[in-house]
Amino acid sequence: MIEIKNISKSFVGRKVIDDVSFTLQAGRTNLIIGESGSGKTTILKMMVGLHTVDSGQIIYDGVVFNDLQDKQRQDFRKDIGMLFQGGALFDSMTVEENIAFPLRMFTEFSEHEIIERVNFCLAKVRLQNVNNLYPAELSGGMKKRAALARAIASNPKYLFCDEPNSGLDPKTSIVIDELIHELTLEFKMTTVVITHDMNSVIQIGENVMFLYQGKKWWEGDKTSILSANNKELLEFVYAADFLKKKNLNSNL
Amino acid sequence: MLMRRAFSKPEKLKVYTKQFFFEVNNIGISSLGLITIISFFIGGVITIQAAFSFTSPLVPLYAVGFTARESMILEFSPTIVSLILAGKVGGNIASEIGSMRISEQIDALEIMGVNSASFLIQPKVLAGIFINPFLIAISMFLGILGGYVMGVATGACTSYQYIFGIQSFFVPWKLTYAFFKTAVFAAIITSIAAYQGYYTEGGALEVGRSSTKAVVYASILILLANFLITQIFFT
Repeated sequence: MIEIKNISKSFVGRKVIDDVSFTLQAGRTNLIIGESGSGKTTILKMMVGLHTVDSGQIIYDGVVFNDLQDKQRQDFRKDIGMLFQGGALFDSMTVEENIAFPLRMFTEFSEHEIIERVNFCLAKVRLQNVNNLYPAELSGGMKKRAALARAIASNPKYLFCDEPNSGLDPKTSIVIDELIHELTLEFKMTTVVITHDMNSVIQIGENVMFLYQGKKWWEGDKTSILSANNKELLEFVYAADFLKKKNLNSNL
Repeated sequence: MLMRRAFSKPEKLKVYTKQFFFEVNNIGISSLGLITIISFFIGGVITIQAAFSFTSPLVPLYAVGFTARESMILEFSPTIVSLILAGKVGGNIASEIGSMRISEQIDALEIMGVNSASFLIQPKVLAGIFINPFLIAISMFLGILGGYVMGVATGACTSYQYIFGIQSFFVPWKLTYAFFKTAVFAAIITSIAAYQGYYTEGGALEVGRSSTKAVVYASILILLANFLITQIFFT
């Protein structure tokens, strides 16, 4: 479980996260949604320590993450897996080397065990015959799946996904969403997905937090989101309808 | 601050050792072609120019070989070749690390629990310091060889005069000076480039800027270090 308690963050005097608190449940797929510029990625980067926190606490199963020293934080991150928006696969390494990298760095596995684990992870994300390909030779969806395989390679307790569907076609987006959800259940991870894709919300949103202008605006699940009585959330959920109506009114 | 992080204890020596040899190949072996061509021709040109300049009958023609050797060992190979490497290797390192920064690959390393500064910078700096003296030694040899081939081929001097010249008044201590400054220049090239790349912010344009800054700053520092080291060794 991850608890976020009253966190705030400002950049050059502008408050981008304002006293936000919420709880992300273990073994579930937690979604943080909101429009562009609402502070989703900033929250995610604070949660993994890529941005510092101005005030408040980030607590991972009782450990106050933002109070850890550099070395302690570095060690703690071995329990964290992350799927970046662009995949962030290492260009100079093959897919196999990418996935094997955290295992070679932090485990005492033999080379045979490492390759077995790499193949296991690739099978989990349904990728075949890509071991010796370089990231530049993969499609967008394949890159995301390879990056997901790398993120789960060292069996993390916490999985963070930054806009996993960006740049993907609707069909591939569904595949990636399903994979994230399946892996969360299978490995009992606490998964946090940052997205503005409503398809993802409807498909895998077990616990959904809506962020609006740097503040938590609404919290619930995929079944309650459509009936929520919250103007900003409904505008976000039914963005296309709202825009149509707005255009219609202005034309009249 | 960055260099302190870069030279902290490696997480796993085996992975770093592999990376070190990868960088030795990347920085050193891949520069061999360029160094071979440049050194051979510059050695030749120095010889021809020297022969053309030594018109006085008081200056023996073996001085051509002596001049070629001194020029290559003292200045051309350690300093000018290092300046050329600042462009090739420094630009390459800055753009590689800068691209990794803007495509979140450095963040990915950090999230895995890897000290990204150490993993990316330490093997490059050590590989540079290790391989640069070898490159410079090859450059010295090829420059002197180029002088011989072109000097004899153009009739600027005879084979005997040239060989006698390169053996005359040889002071081994000058090699120590040359290799010492070579190692210092390698540390400058790799660390400046790594610093510029590591702190790149923005997009492709900024990666290009980092690369340019790396080359300019490294070149200026090499010239400054060259002056200081020369002062220390020769006074």
